[in-house]
Amino acid sequence: MKNKVAYFGVFTAFALILSYVEMLIPIQFGIPGIKLGLANLMIVIMLYKRNAKEAMMLSVVRIVLAGFMFSNLFSIIYSLAGGTLSLIVMALLKKRESFSVMGVSIAGGVSHNIGQLLVAMAVVETYRVGYYFPVLLIAGVLTGALIGVVSNEVLKRLRGVDLG
Amino acid sequence: MKKNDWILIAAVLVVAGIFFGMHLLTPGVKGGVAEVTIDGVLYGTYALDENQTVTIRDTNRLEIGEGKAKMVWADCPDQICVNQKAISKEGESIICLPNKIVVSIVGGDKKTMDAVTY
Repeated sequence: MKNKVAYFGVFTAFALILSYVEMLIPIQFGIPGIKLGLANLMIVIMLYKRNAKEAMMLSVVRIVLAGFMFSNLFSIIYSLAGGTLSLIVMALLKKRESFSVMGVSIAGGVSHNIGQLLVAMAVVETYRVGYYFPVLLIAGVLTGALIGVVSNEVLKRLRGVDLG
Repeated sequence: MKKNDWILIAAVLVVAGIFFGMHLLTPGVKGGVAEVTIDGVLYGTYALDENQTVTIRDTNRLEIGEGKAKMVWADCPDQICVNQKAISKEGESIICLPNKIVVSIVGGDKKTMDAVTY
């Protein structure tokens, strides 16, 4: 239990590094708002190795820190909405235990995008961004699946490791 | 991958498909109209999504094509309105002062932003 803080620090650092790496990746999908969400990898792992509460904490800390370092307040608001919704959905699906890491991760990716779109709708005060919805759904499935595959592999190798 | 994972993926894709289909099927609500007023009095409104040429009181000729309205001819000497670029976005207008004609776009595409940063 005394290692908890240390592990949390390591996970935060990892998530921040992934945020940074993601920023460096020059791939632009041609559509604003769509990115890999590499940092979600750490969130998924935290969710499985620890619990929803700590994953939530990690998510918020990561978003605020990464937001201040790499972007701005606006992206923090977008990310917080996406991150929170995504975590709630992931935690619920994980509890059901009828989904594998893949399914949880995909649901997380999709709901992350939905959360961001909802904020965008509130900010722009228009429903016209709705045409964007299907694009974001499919992007969420793809990125979620990708993160799911990696999380699955990492979790397999971490099986014997007890975090704090 | 469990069975539920596939169901989840399928469900999301179906929803995406439905929304995409709905978007395709909705008729172009974005089509604005060009509103022509003469001396403050409404002369007529013309849909931007159909190509047409509107003769306004034998003094001006407005041409609508490709969703844009452009003054193509005016009998006044200065020809300022004719030299204005075609308009298509909400709030844009072409004004012919000598003939007191104002063409403005109502309910079209919202003005596009130059840039958005996050």
